[in-house]
Amino acid sequence: MKKLLLALILVLPLVSGCTKKENEIVIGEYDSLTGSDATFGLSSNKGVRLALDEINAAGGVKGKKISLVTLDDQGKNEEAASAVTRLITQNNVVAIIGGVASGRSKAAAPIAQSNKVPFVSPASTNPDVTKAGDYVFRVCFIDPFQGMVMAKFAKENLKIKKAAILRDVKNDYSVGLADVFAAEFKKGGGEIVADLSYQAGDIDFKAQLTQIRSKNPEAIYVPGYYTEVGLIAQQARQLGVKVPLMGGDGWDSDKLYEIGKEAINGNYYSNHYTTESTDPAVTEFIKKFKAKYNETPDALAALGYDAAKILVAAIERAPDLSGKAIRDELSKTKDFPGVTGKISLNENRDAVKSAVVIQVDGNNRKFVTTINP
Amino acid sequence: MKALKNPALALICLAVLGIGLDFGVNAYIKLILLFATVNCLLSMSLNLVNGYTGQFSLGHAGFMAIGAYFSAYASTKWGFLPESLQLVQSFVFVIGAGLAAAAAGFLVGLPSLRLKGDYLAIVTLGFGEIIRVALLNMDFLGGPRGLSGIPSVGSFPFAFMFASVWLVICFFTIWRVMHSSHGRGFLSVREDEIAAEAMGINTTRMKVKAFVLSSFFAGVAGALFAHFTNFINPSSFTFLQSVNAVIMVVLGGMGSMTGSIVAAIIITVLPEALRPLQELTGVDLRMVIYSLALILMMILRPKGLFGDMEFSDVWRKYVRRSA
Amino acid sequence: MQDFVQHLINGVSLGSIYALIALGYTMVYGILKMINFAHSDVYMVGAFAAYYFARWLGIENNPGFSTLLTLIVITMICCSLLGLVIERLAYRPLRNSPKLNVLITAIGVSLFLQYSGQVVFGADPKVFPEVMKDFVILSIGIVEIRSFDVTVLGVGIVAMLGLQFLLFKTKIGRAMRAVSANPMVASLMGVNPDRIIAFTFIVGSSLAGIGSVLVGMKYPKIDPLMGMMIGMKAFVAAVLGGIGNVGGAVLGAMIMGLSEEMVVAYLSSTYRDALAFGILIVILIFKPAGLLGKYSVEKV
Repeated sequence: MKKLLLALILVLPLVSGCTKKENEIVIGEYDSLTGSDATFGLSSNKGVRLALDEINAAGGVKGKKISLVTLDDQGKNEEAASAVTRLITQNNVVAIIGGVASGRSKAAAPIAQSNKVPFVSPASTNPDVTKAGDYVFRVCFIDPFQGMVMAKFAKENLKIKKAAILRDVKNDYSVGLADVFAAEFKKGGGEIVADLSYQAGDIDFKAQLTQIRSKNPEAIYVPGYYTEVGLIAQQARQLGVKVPLMGGDGWDSDKLYEIGKEAINGNYYSNHYTTESTDPAVTEFIKKFKAKYNETPDALAALGYDAAKILVAAIERAPDLSGKAIRDELSKTKDFPGVTGKISLNENRDAVKSAVVIQVDGNNRKFVTTINP
Repeated sequence: MKALKNPALALICLAVLGIGLDFGVNAYIKLILLFATVNCLLSMSLNLVNGYTGQFSLGHAGFMAIGAYFSAYASTKWGFLPESLQLVQSFVFVIGAGLAAAAAGFLVGLPSLRLKGDYLAIVTLGFGEIIRVALLNMDFLGGPRGLSGIPSVGSFPFAFMFASVWLVICFFTIWRVMHSSHGRGFLSVREDEIAAEAMGINTTRMKVKAFVLSSFFAGVAGALFAHFTNFINPSSFTFLQSVNAVIMVVLGGMGSMTGSIVAAIIITVLPEALRPLQELTGVDLRMVIYSLALILMMILRPKGLFGDMEFSDVWRKYVRRSA
Repeated sequence: MQDFVQHLINGVSLGSIYALIALGYTMVYGILKMINFAHSDVYMVGAFAAYYFARWLGIENNPGFSTLLTLIVITMICCSLLGLVIERLAYRPLRNSPKLNVLITAIGVSLFLQYSGQVVFGADPKVFPEVMKDFVILSIGIVEIRSFDVTVLGVGIVAMLGLQFLLFKTKIGRAMRAVSANPMVASLMGVNPDRIIAFTFIVGSSLAGIGSVLVGMKYPKIDPLMGMMIGMKAFVAAVLGGIGNVGGAVLGAMIMGLSEEMVVAYLSSTYRDALAFGILIVILIFKPAGLLGKYSVEKV
C-alpha cells in the first residue's frame, strides 16, 4: 500500500500539469542551469528574466502579464527534448526561448517546429539550428560570420600571415569557428602553422602551447569559452608566447580578466556589442543589469535579453496568440534596436548584424573596430 | 510454436497499451515513455553482465554510442527502401547497429575480461571514454556537432510498437539464455569463478559471450535513442550515461529482469516528476534529490528493489500472502 | 631539443598535480578496497573552502608563504571533516555490503557534492585567490623552471614519503596495514577497524585538501565540476601504478602526465585523453595489478 501511494505521488505531478491562468501569457525557456554548461545557461537566463521583468513592470503586453517557465536540461540533449515537449504540452507556452548550446537546440527545435510553436534561440550559432523549420529563429550571428570576422581582422588590421589555432574539440561552437577561421585565413595567402585542440574542463594547456611556440605563429586563434581562455592566456605568457590571442564571443565575461589577469591584456575577440557604446539601449541595459545582478552582463546575457525583447515585440504586434501569428510577426523583425545591435531576421531566420572587435584592457573592453557582414 | 506463446502475448499486450496510450496521454508523456523503453533495454542488457555474470562494466554508454551512430549514419546515408517501407528499413539498421556494437563488445571484451572487479570497471570506463573521444574527432560523423535530421520511426504508436518488439526480443532472449546451459555458466562465473573453472567451464569465454550479447542490446538501445531524439552528439554518451545504466541495474536488483525494467522506468520518470519542484523553487534540485535517494537506497535496501527475484516471485511472496 | 626539455618539465609538473590527488585514492583503496569516487569532489569542496576562508580572513590579497600555509591547514581540516562525515553517514552502514553497492554509494556521494555544489556555490567559475607569487627559479634559453612547479612536485614527494613513513614506521600505520590485510583478525588483535578506517579517510581527505590549494594556486579557476576530469585522470594514474601502493600512485601519475604531454607534442592533441586511457588498458592487460601492485593469487 505504501509503495502504491509513493507511486501515485510520483505520477501525480506528471499527469496534473499546470493550470493556465487567464491574465497571463506564458513563455517557456529551457537552458542548462546545472551541468558543465551551466555558467552559460545561467547567464542567458539572467538576461531573459531582466527583459521580462522590465516588460511586466511597464504593464506587460496586450494588457496581460508575462510569466516565464524555465526548465533545466542539465546540458543533455534528451533532457532538452523532454523539457521542450513539457513546455509545449503541459505548460501550454505560446513561444519558447531556447538554450545556449547549439547541440541542445538541434534536439529541441524540431519539436517546437512540429508543434508549430515559435522558437527563438539566443545564442546557438551553429548554421544548422534554424534549418529545423520556419518556426525556429535566432538573434545571434552564425559561426561562419564570426570566424570570418576574426580572419578578416587578423589579415587586415593585424597584418599577419601566420596563425595558429587552439580549439575546444568538445564544443561544436569552437570547432565551427575554428574551421571557418582556417578557411578564411588561408584564402588571402595566410598560413595556419598549427591546429591543436583541448577539451573543455582541461586546466593544463602547456603541451599544446609549447607545440605552438615552436611553430612561431604571429597570432593564436582560441575560439573557446572564457572559462578556459583565461588559463590559456596565462600559460601562454608563462611560456614566453607574446603574440596576441584572438577569440570569439565566448570570451566575453568579467571573469576572463579575473582568471587571466595581466596575461589576457591586449588580446582581441569578436563580440555582439561593446560596453563602451553610447547607444542608450546598451547603457540602459548595462545599468539595469548591474543593479539587478551586481555584475557586468556578458555576451550571453545580452543575447538572452534581446531574444526575449524581440519575442515579446512580436507577440505585441501579433493579432492573436496563435503560434502562426507570432511566427509571422517574428519573421518580419527588422532593424530591432537590440543591445547587440540593430537586429533584422533574414529569410533563413538568422540575425543579420555587424560584429565588433574588442581588445581586452584590464577590466575594460576596448572597442577596436566594427566589421559588417 | 509453444516457445513463442509468451513473447507473442507480451507483444500483443504492449501493442494494446501503445494504442491505448496514444489516445490517453499527451506528447510529453509519450516522449518520456519512449525514453523509458530505451532505458529498459539498457538496463536489461547491462544486467546480463553486471547482474547475472557478476562482471563490472562501466562502459555501456560507449556501446550505446556505437549503435546510435551506426543507425543514425546508415539511415541518413544508406537508405535503400522507399519511404513506405521505412519501418522495415529501420529494423534492418537497428539490427546492424546491434551487430556493430556486438563486434566492438567482442574486441573490448576479449582482452579485458581477464581482469577482475575494479580493474575491469576501469578498463571498460577507459574504452567508453576512448569511443567518445574518437567520435569527437570523426568529421564524417559530425564531431562535436553530431548528426541531426535522423529520421524517426513514425508517430507514437509505431515508435512504441517498434520499441516494444525490441523489448520483447531482448527480454525473452536474455530470459531463454539464462535458463539454458549458457545461463548456468554465466551464473557459475558470478557465484564462484574458481569453482566454475574447476568444473570445466571456460570462464573467459562465458564472460565474453555475456559481454557480446549485452553490447548487442546496448547498441539496439542506442539506435532507438537516435531515432527517438532525431539528433545525437557525443555528449549524450558520457561516463554519466554508463553510470546511469549501472544505477538502474543495482536499483532493480542484480539479476532480476523485471527489476531492471521497473528501475529503468523509475529512473526515467523520477527526474521528470521532480520538474514541478523546480518550477516552484526556481533552482534545479533534481540531481541533488536523485543522488540523495540513491545513497539512501543503497543503505536501506542494498539488494535493490527486487533483489534477485523476479516480479512474479515478489508478487507471490508479499502480495498474495497478505491477501 | 629545447622543446623536448620544455615538454619534459610540463609533463612532470602535470604529473605532480595528478600525484597529489592519486595519493588520496590509493590510500582509501589500500585500506578499504573501495574506489572512493567522491574523493575528487572532496577536493572540489576543499578548493571552495580555501576560497571562502581566504576572503573571510581577508588574506586573499597578500600572497606569501604564511597565507599558503594557513590556507592549506584550514582546507585540510575542512576536507577531513567532510571525509569523516561521508565515511560515517554513507560508507560505514555499507561495510559488509557487496562491492558494487559501495561503489554506487560513492558515485551517489560524488553526484550529491557536485550538484549541491552548483546550487550552493553557483555554477559559474570562481577565481582562486593569489596565495603565492609565481617566479622563475632557473632559466636556460627559453626553458624556464618556475616556483609553482617545484612546489607542487616537492609537496607531492613529501606527501608520498610522509605516507610511507606513516604506513611502515608508526603504530597506527601497522594497524592500517593489519586492517587492510584482514579486518577480522585485526579486530581480534585489539585494533578497532572503524577507527582506523575513519583515520584513513582523514588522511586521504587532507591530501585532497592540500591538492586543492596547490592546484588552485597554479590554475586559478575553480568550479563545482572541477573534480570530475582531474579526478578521473588521477584515479587512472593510481590504477596504473598499482592501486593501494603509495609509490605506485606517484609513479603512475608521472607516467600519465608525461605520456599526455608527449602525445600532444609528437602525435596528436585531439587524441590526448583517448591515448591516456589506451596506455592504461595496455598496461593492465599485460600487468593486471598495475606497475607496482602485487598480484595476489586467489586461494580456494
